[in-house]
Amino acid sequence: MSLFVTALLLLAASAVSSLIFHSRPQRAALCGAGGAVLASIVGLAALFVHGGPGSGHCGSLSFPLALPGVNFHILLDPLSKLFLAPMFILCACAAVYGAGYAGHDKRTGPGFFFFNLLTVSMALVFTARDAVLFLAAWEMMTIFSFLLVVTDYSNAETRRAGWIYLVATHIGTAFLLALFALAWHKCGSTDFDAFPKAFAALPFSAVAAMALVGFGTKAGFFPLHVWLPRAHPAAPSHVSAVMSGIMIKTGIYGILRVLSLCPFVPFGFGALLAATGLVSGVLGVLFALAQHDIKRLLAYHSVENIGIIALGLGVGYMALACGRRDIAFIAFAGGLLHVVNHALFKGLLFLGAGAVYHETGLRDIDRLGGLLKIMPLTGVAFLAGCAAICALPPFNGFVSEFLIYSGAFKMLPSGGGAGYAALAVVAGLALIGGLALACFAKAFGVIFLGEPRSKTSAACDAGRLMTYPMLALAALCLLVGLLPQFAARFAAVPAAQLAGGGFAAELSARLLPVGIIAMLAALAIAALWLLRDLMIDSETSAATWGCGYTAPSAKIQYTASSFAQPLMDMFGLGAVKTLEAPQGYFPQKAAFSTHTPDMAASGFFVPVFRQIEEKLSRLSVIQRGVIHAYILYIGVALVALLVWALL
Amino acid sequence: MRSFADYLIALLLAPLLPGIINRVKAFFGGRKGQSVFQLYYDLQKLVSKDAVYSTTTTWVFRLGPAVALGALLCALALVPAGGHGALAAFEGDMILFAYLLALGRFFTVLAALDTGSSFEGMGASREVFFSALAEPGIFIALAVLARKAGSFSLESVFLSDNPVTGTPLLLVLAALFIIFLSENCRIPVDDPNTHLELTMIHEVMALDHGGPDLALISYGAAVKLWVFGALLVRLALPFGARGAHNGILFLCGIFTVAIVAGVVESSMARLRLNKVPALLLSASVLAFAAFVLV
Repeated sequence: MSLFVTALLLLAASAVSSLIFHSRPQRAALCGAGGAVLASIVGLAALFVHGGPGSGHCGSLSFPLALPGVNFHILLDPLSKLFLAPMFILCACAAVYGAGYAGHDKRTGPGFFFFNLLTVSMALVFTARDAVLFLAAWEMMTIFSFLLVVTDYSNAETRRAGWIYLVATHIGTAFLLALFALAWHKCGSTDFDAFPKAFAALPFSAVAAMALVGFGTKAGFFPLHVWLPRAHPAAPSHVSAVMSGIMIKTGIYGILRVLSLCPFVPFGFGALLAATGLVSGVLGVLFALAQHDIKRLLAYHSVENIGIIALGLGVGYMALACGRRDIAFIAFAGGLLHVVNHALFKGLLFLGAGAVYHETGLRDIDRLGGLLKIMPLTGVAFLAGCAAICALPPFNGFVSEFLIYSGAFKMLPSGGGAGYAALAVVAGLALIGGLALACFAKAFGVIFLGEPRSKTSAACDAGRLMTYPMLALAALCLLVGLLPQFAARFAAVPAAQLAGGGFAAELSARLLPVGIIAMLAALAIAALWLLRDLMIDSETSAATWGCGYTAPSAKIQYTASSFAQPLMDMFGLGAVKTLEAPQGYFPQKAAFSTHTPDMAASGFFVPVFRQIEEKLSRLSVIQRGVIHAYILYIGVALVALLVWALL
Repeated sequence: MRSFADYLIALLLAPLLPGIINRVKAFFGGRKGQSVFQLYYDLQKLVSKDAVYSTTTTWVFRLGPAVALGALLCALALVPAGGHGALAAFEGDMILFAYLLALGRFFTVLAALDTGSSFEGMGASREVFFSALAEPGIFIALAVLARKAGSFSLESVFLSDNPVTGTPLLLVLAALFIIFLSENCRIPVDDPNTHLELTMIHEVMALDHGGPDLALISYGAAVKLWVFGALLVRLALPFGARGAHNGILFLCGIFTVAIVAGVVESSMARLRLNKVPALLLSASVLAFAAFVLV
């Protein structure tokens, strides 16, 4: 435990020192990134001192705080360790990348100050065992991430994105506050250890609803995801990577933690969670397909992947309610492993998108192209990330989705609702997989392949500081995919705790053949590649066959919009198309653009908030800007309180 | 050992299937047609050629055919593609099977996009569109088999003591046949004979490939026919647990599938592009009906 606390203190110290050196950006970056890497190594060591993420061993620390009845109580249990391990890995990679990304910017120092404190607060969220401490860490996490999102505060769009994020996440926090206050009211303690008694006394539906909305806003369940597609493009890329890879997982962690304190989780909740996952997954990937902004596309994919995690956990809870611990164990392990895997590949993809933006200044996919030739290393890493997020073997995404599928397939023979629910999960995952493949074929194909679609200033691979973290994450994605039987051990113990039984050995046995076939596939591909090399004696270069057309230009290439158009037309997400048709015999100008507004935002949140604003604007009469009036309000409030106390 | 022999036979005989289909089409067209061994000659010719690459392309273009065929060869090992068991069988191999095919498709699509050609971009776009719609159909059909057999390994599903029979069997077969046609880019989804029409999908993605690369792709297409044909044959025909004639029965079955595919291609036109999604969704619906019945 002391190692873990050391890691947190190291992070805090490096945060402060990078703030101190804010006038010398490079030194600030060195302090911030160096501290983050060192702290991550210490932090990972701390997890392994306690037996590693795959061990049931726990470490705890508890001492009273100044507040009455509130303890500083943290506990490293298997579930916490599972979330902490990818956090330390990704934060270290992102910090190194951030040092390269920020360069000589004056905002580097404060940036690292917020970034490292964000890491500290996330670590506290994952370990806090006291409601007040948890909420304090949760709020710190929100504020630091908000400050990081608005790094580029001079841009009005960024400020608006930050504002939406702040409002959305605080609405979620309000539900959590209510939930924990209710629990405290029932049991008289704020310690999580006392909460099972409180949750047993409360109606389950109330607890579940508050947890789902409160944590779901952070996780980005559809339709609570509206802040994600705005905040991620606005934030610097290494921040997006950590926010998408780790921070939104605090929502998943919270749901699991609260439910683990509930005495019984009914079948209906599992079904609700799976349905939420299905909706988030399918709509997330469909909206991703409609995007032109690479970071917004990735943000929608976070919604999709959170959906996949929810599908796994939903199957787990359904199986648990049916008394099938064996199925629950596999499904929980799949969902939890997807938390780790998503952190790796989504972190990688955001870093890759950032490198592209850093070098070309463009985030619009339709204006990019042919980058693989000038950014070869970024391209390779990004391709690995794309294959992983599409769940293609031999990468890590497949391993966790395989376990979720396995859970659902094993539940198929059960009669009644469970069988149909399992079928919905299977078919939903298949559809999500097919659409994700379309989306990432589009993203990688249009950005990195073909010819450049606009004049990009001589781009090359970003510096080593930015490239190496991406390659490291890509290597991890491949490693987990090739050796799934070892990777699965990380998820086995927390999954066994959630399912109330199950063995790591069973999981490893299930995944061993997957790893072997994945390796064989890699070998077969390599062998065919060599065979092809042997067969070809000489290569001739020529232009792409244009079917007889001899003056092709880069503009005739398929764009991201045209690539996704058949799917968009079929699913009809309310895309707005604007066409300036060519006019006259000698047309000069024509333009066509599509824009797909988010249905949850434009159909629900915007009208609701406008209504609220209209109603509340009447209250503005009391806001007069006259100091006398405010003194009067204070006086009236004091008198009212006095009267209330006397009565 | 027997499965290994099956695997080798599949690798050896797969190029016969396109030959048979073409021969059937020629028969219906009143022509003599090419030899059923035509693909062997083509492969031999292509292998001895050198390659021409577009200056736009990168290593992704060169890797595409190798990944596509490599993934297919692994997928073939998971299917009982003969009269006996699969080369490799374990719980969940059907999931890996579907995703290996997806791996091949992903790189085929990327290789097409790598050329920067709008034709190939169009083919790639349609390929991902139709395959995304076919994916739920495959999985629901597999789910029917898994539900009935109580196991989700392809081998144990086909060797189950409790096979799917009657109406559900017909429904699953119909669904899988639609998927067979769509995954192999046959009429009514795609026309393998067209290169330069605006409805083409698979052939156009291979437009810029030549020489050994095209050989890998053509051979891969033949293996894919065998893989999906094997699913149909194993499901439709009664295979005894240790029957001596299983191998012959299977070969008869798979050649029949090729003949049926040829008949379908001769007797109907390609669907309009905007009707294809309905066909693919009908595969899901048929499979779902079977799921309700088992």
